[in-house]
Amino acid sequence: MPEATTNTREASLSRIRVTNPTADAAARVSEYQAIERAYQQSAAMDRASIIRTFIERLHEYDANVTETSVDGISAAIAKILNTHSQKSTVIADSFKQQFLPADLHCVRESQITKEQLNTIEGAISECEVAIAHTGTIIIRGSRQITLLPDRYLCVVYENQVVETVPEAIAVLGKFAAEPLTFISGPSATADIEMTRIRGVHGPRILDVVLIRD
Amino acid sequence: MSIRVGEAAEAPSFQKAALPLLDDTQLRKNVRHATDVITNKRAIVVGEQHDWQQLRSAASAIKEHTLRHLDHYLLQFEAACTAAGGHVHWASDADEANRTIVDLVKQYGGKEVIKVKTMTSDEIGLNKAFEANGIHPHETDLADMIIQLGHDKPSHIVVPALHKNRQQVREIFMQAMGLSELGDKPEDLTNAARHYLREKFLKVGIGFSGANYLLADTGGVCVVESEGNGRMCLTLPDVLITVAGIEKVIPGFRDLEIFLQLLPRSATGERMNPYNSLWTGVHEGDGPQHFHIVLLDNGRTRILADPESRQTLHCIRCGACLNTCPVYRQTGGHAYGSIYAGPIGAILTPQLFDMQHSQSLPYASSLCGACYEVCPVKINIPEVLIHLRGRVVREQQSGANIEAIGMKAMANIFSSRRRFEAAQRLGRIGQWPFVSKGWVKHLPGMLGNWTSVRDLQPMPQQSFRSWWRDRKKSAVAKEKADA
Repeated sequence: MPEATTNTREASLSRIRVTNPTADAAARVSEYQAIERAYQQSAAMDRASIIRTFIERLHEYDANVTETSVDGISAAIAKILNTHSQKSTVIADSFKQQFLPADLHCVRESQITKEQLNTIEGAISECEVAIAHTGTIIIRGSRQITLLPDRYLCVVYENQVVETVPEAIAVLGKFAAEPLTFISGPSATADIEMTRIRGVHGPRILDVVLIRD
Repeated sequence: MSIRVGEAAEAPSFQKAALPLLDDTQLRKNVRHATDVITNKRAIVVGEQHDWQQLRSAASAIKEHTLRHLDHYLLQFEAACTAAGGHVHWASDADEANRTIVDLVKQYGGKEVIKVKTMTSDEIGLNKAFEANGIHPHETDLADMIIQLGHDKPSHIVVPALHKNRQQVREIFMQAMGLSELGDKPEDLTNAARHYLREKFLKVGIGFSGANYLLADTGGVCVVESEGNGRMCLTLPDVLITVAGIEKVIPGFRDLEIFLQLLPRSATGERMNPYNSLWTGVHEGDGPQHFHIVLLDNGRTRILADPESRQTLHCIRCGACLNTCPVYRQTGGHAYGSIYAGPIGAILTPQLFDMQHSQSLPYASSLCGACYEVCPVKINIPEVLIHLRGRVVREQQSGANIEAIGMKAMANIFSSRRRFEAAQRLGRIGQWPFVSKGWVKHLPGMLGNWTSVRDLQPMPQQSFRSWWRDRKKSAVAKEKADA
């Protein structure tokens, strides 16, 4: 660390400490734990309602939702890509080959540069957890492939869908230090006259394939 | 220390700046439309969140707790971020932050920087510092682009270009992007921005961002956005530099469960904004391989030192108080002379300056309390406004200006019933030359400041107290007569 920064650091910290007398660690921890969290932290709805809400919220964001079973994943993907007449696709490294349509023309994310990625039409990955209450899917890693191509297809398993934000944060706890992206619908802006426009810089089309139990 | 808050130190008083803006009917129409839309959307999504008040209380308690142990949480963040491969820098004021950032860009050999929307960089005047050093900053948020390409100033902390309508944006884009044709539908304009910036995103090697939250336990940073320009800047360049006020730290990853519910509903009236990005230091094979973060004081520790107004530092920059404020809704943001406009700006800007500038801002409010009601972290803005007005008055009293003398005389009159009633009698007699058709429309001298924008009811011929006395007397007289 350069010397100037060190001095600034000490000066800033001492300005804080003048107003905040140093508390011992135990007192701080118990003070933090005593903060009342009276908001909803667990599911209140039954599973069917949670899934229904999740689908509704995705539709409100203009995302497309396809429901299928595990056996139907590759057919569902093939059908969606066909609808878009999608010719090039990038696949997350962790995505299982068996779920991909056999004749799919695709490339894995680790084999492609960002410049090449910019010419690819769509991306496919799974998510880590999804939130019904806000219609959010959360992905771990794969930040560039889910961003540059204009279409993003995400496979979500029914048991990954939780009702509330706190439940999702609890699931993500073990990945807290990894790159996480919360996605709620296609990229959008309302900067011009507060009119919501879908797709500014991120993918304009979001397809969610929901795998029912 | 030299504190800077954009160009607020040179700005005229709110009252002076507001006057011409009130005559700009296009601006008022644009501001009214935008604030109406967001306020209505917010009301719907907040209304459906049955635990909204519990979320607010928890958020407020967490912010209070964090500020009380700010040194600890900053050090914890620094240690965790460093362990994850990030570099943490500290800056006392705007100049030091700018120097650090410019030096970093030079060190990485950059001539251009792609920027995510960050109010903090506007606060420290970073773009000017970049340009003075031959570095070109590209604003990538749509609204910030409109401001940058139109050589304008932001007027709202969430929707900086809300004072421009589509035709105005079209003009700016056509000129700056050298387009001969462009539609004026928001879709057309958004598309133009997408094409204009895509190449920059891929080519420019240095990204720059602010931060919504710094997580002390993981050393992670969270940025909340809508367009995907943030994700582009945060993941495509090889180098990422972030600036964040020291108050942006929260104890842990878990606390996001509160703030990620409060912020989008308050800011844009969405259940969740399209994208939240979280990263921790550097991640091999994913995103920038060099990460620097500058922790900025720039007057924040002074606010921390004032127990009555340190709650100002709870702010999560959602802008709900601007949208609901009856004063902001009339004037728009430019009247505040600061990049922080509206009620939060009225308390934040003068405090960052230690009340040395922007002293008119605590008066830019009717104290109606709407801002407190919508604040997701429960900042009692009216309470702080009154506290700051007190500070302004106490400072002015030390000087001998006419207003201070007048106020002292008023205090003298109000503190004695005898003197107060004498003044009322004098007023009733003295007002007659100014009363016309039942209204006082023009008062002389300094009192004219009041009547220049409002009419007054004349003082009634009898005060309530004197009526009450008379009523009692006549009742007693009547009782006696009856007996």
